[in-house]
Amino acid sequence: MALLDISGFKSRSDQGVFRTESLQQWNRADHFTFGSKCQEFALPVGVDPVGFLKSCSGENGVSIDLDHGTTTLAFKFRHGVIVAVDSRASAGRYIASKEVNKVIEINPYLLGTMSGSAADCQYWERLLAKECRLYKLRNKERISVSAASKLLCNMMLGYRGMGLSVGSMICGWDKKGPGLYYVDDNGTRLSGRMFSTGCGNGFAYGVVDSGYHEDMTVEEAYELGLRGITHATHRDAYSGGVVNMYHMQEDGWIKVCQEDVSELIHRYKKGMF
Amino acid sequence: MAARYDRAITVFSPDGHLFQVEYAQEAVKKGSTAVGIRGKDIVVLGVEKKSVAKLQEERTVRKICVLDEHVCMAFAGLTADARIVINRARVECQSHRLTVEDPVTVEYITRYIATLKQRYTQSNGRRPFGISALIVGFDYDGTPRLYQTDPSGTYHAWKANAIGRSAKTVREFLEKNYTEEAITGDNEAIKLAIKALLEVVQSGGKNIELAIIRRNQPLKILESKEIETLVAEIEKEKEEEAEKKKQKKSS
Repeated sequence: MALLDISGFKSRSDQGVFRTESLQQWNRADHFTFGSKCQEFALPVGVDPVGFLKSCSGENGVSIDLDHGTTTLAFKFRHGVIVAVDSRASAGRYIASKEVNKVIEINPYLLGTMSGSAADCQYWERLLAKECRLYKLRNKERISVSAASKLLCNMMLGYRGMGLSVGSMICGWDKKGPGLYYVDDNGTRLSGRMFSTGCGNGFAYGVVDSGYHEDMTVEEAYELGLRGITHATHRDAYSGGVVNMYHMQEDGWIKVCQEDVSELIHRYKKGMF
Repeated sequence: MAARYDRAITVFSPDGHLFQVEYAQEAVKKGSTAVGIRGKDIVVLGVEKKSVAKLQEERTVRKICVLDEHVCMAFAGLTADARIVINRARVECQSHRLTVEDPVTVEYITRYIATLKQRYTQSNGRRPFGISALIVGFDYDGTPRLYQTDPSGTYHAWKANAIGRSAKTVREFLEKNYTEEAITGDNEAIKLAIKALLEVVQSGGKNIELAIIRRNQPLKILESKEIETLVAEIEKEKEEEAEKKKQKKSS
């Protein structure tokens, strides 16, 4: 009815079982809406995801451990951004896969890394990739790194407190130069020169912090990235597999290498074994 | 009760016209003239000020409105409709800054306003907005832009354009006089806008309101004294031109 439409009044019959926002919000092609109020992602009333997850973990008998555990790192230096990740997916004490791809290639100028719950990261970052593609179609220019990280952050905020587990770094090169943002499931969004995420991040921070200097050559930066991940996988039980390394340059990213950590560790720790 | 208001007001005619939209465009043609000019480092908006009643305060109704620091618009048509559009556009500018961390490009906000107008030509029980808008500003990278929207929801980029009562006359004047030399400097672009409005406005500088945006600076509305000075300069230039022509004829 016309008057109801214009005044924004929501009648009882519209709401039904699902919590939804009025149709106008959802139909707007240029607006970024995520979260449980959006019709696409609505939750049934009365669902409690956090309580459900607690009931699944070890103490209560049922033992469904979600895929977790990683080391990822990224740092800016004079010639761009280096991104290095491991490739192990663990479910509790079981190694679910040793060849997971933890970097999502959003477009030739944007990369996203994943740590935390594998399912959450894969789903939300693929959704981010879809939004970035739509942005480029609507506005005829690539999305900036700060905007892409803001979109992911807003997605996380829409589901705050509901048990998502995402620790991601969005790296890219846009009109403002190289960009590196850390986004996590609390809705934290930080811009910085160096980040490391996952349960092996402490080891990676130690190695990269001590080996970093601003005027590194590209080769030195590659070595530093490999070292960071290798040492973290050596000490952290939940990281391992291969190192996937990317280099973000002005004209796009390149995949530098994919090296097995069990070979790399011998290179770096001569005499230890 | 509900059935009577659910019918669409804008329906196609047998020969493919949307009459409500065309009537809205007629309403625009009744509004006071507005002109927009895109210079190299400046964008200019000029509007014809309607004469106010004796007891009315002069400055309450402004036809040139700021949408964001770097974008502003002038409209022709129903003032009340314009108020709604401007409010929504202002909210969208800030929403864009919040979500994308960049100020809107002029094209983006024009597209938003045009989409808004189009939605009202295709909903049940609503009539189209009765305004055309001239949207000017600078993009993030410093390029000046001028866009025009109309009640049907289409938008185009222009180098110079006019809307409202005598838009056709003003546009013809601009087509003859908008050259690269005419917009070399900021002052020249402002004078071109004033000259264009003087073609159709009665009694000169008193009835002209002018606003300019320079790159990286906020909107500036020129005071009537400044406009009087510029009008006097234009008059002088006209006389000098006339003198030169007379001398050429006689010699």
